[in-house]
Amino acid sequence: MKELSLNILDVAENSVKAGASLTQILITEEGSLLTLEIVDDGCGMSEDVVRSVVDPFYTTRTTRKVGMGIPLLKLACEQTGGELTIESVTAEADPEAHGTHVTATFHMDHIDFTPLGDVSASILTLIQGHPDTDFLFSHEQNGHVVKLDTRELRVVLEDVPLNSYDVMQWIGEYLREQYEAVS
Amino acid sequence: MKDRVVLRDGMEGTRVVVGMATCGIAAGARPVLNAFVEGVNKEGLESSVSVTQTGCIGICQYEPVVEVFEAGQEKVTYVKMNPEKAQEVIEKHLKGGQVVGEYTIGAVTA
Repeated sequence: MKELSLNILDVAENSVKAGASLTQILITEEGSLLTLEIVDDGCGMSEDVVRSVVDPFYTTRTTRKVGMGIPLLKLACEQTGGELTIESVTAEADPEAHGTHVTATFHMDHIDFTPLGDVSASILTLIQGHPDTDFLFSHEQNGHVVKLDTRELRVVLEDVPLNSYDVMQWIGEYLREQYEAVS
Repeated sequence: MKDRVVLRDGMEGTRVVVGMATCGIAAGARPVLNAFVEGVNKEGLESSVSVTQTGCIGICQYEPVVEVFEAGQEKVTYVKMNPEKAQEVIEKHLKGGQVVGEYTIGAVTA
């Protein structure tokens, strides 16, 4: 993928597919280390599945025999000297606290660090496609945080869908303003 | 804005479905989706055209793929899409009612 924001979009889609009611996308930059976490409260994976997901020839879809999402994220972080860890608890194992936590670390000073790219665009794409599930986005750099929590938006919007054009425009602008305040 | 919400339920119109699986994302589906969302809004088609996303369609080498479903019509599958082609599809197909044959899977695989 040309930018990490695309890997983020891709892996967060897995969370939605797993039936998550809340998918968190957390980015923390500290010095030259970037930590990306994608956390969900979806159905989770058993230990065997967690081991298999990094295999490009493992997938749950029926249309093709390859599943490249996680392998691509693993490649992206490992080529900078970082690592990928996946922790997961199935709904069967724990009906109260199930879900998956993907953590990928990147060394931003490594020549093979894929640029982060347009993360806002990915967040907007997720909301556009899945207006009925919640997303918590947080990007922390130099002590400044850019944040969006769709749960807060829903309180204000009531019945208006999160992906109506005007709302999407507002969200885009809200993220843009926050990012501008960082620089 | 609330009165516009009513139009969404029971919408019979046209559905534009953009493939957003790993293959699609890698091939450039995100800007194609944006082009459709922006274009549909700009042309005032929001009340009759919905733009949604889907997972793997199974023809990964042809991504970005956009499927158009209209009541009473056969599904149209546009392949190897980009924002420019999306504009054309909005103009000629969604507004003008004419399928853009050269961008469909039939034209590419023949």
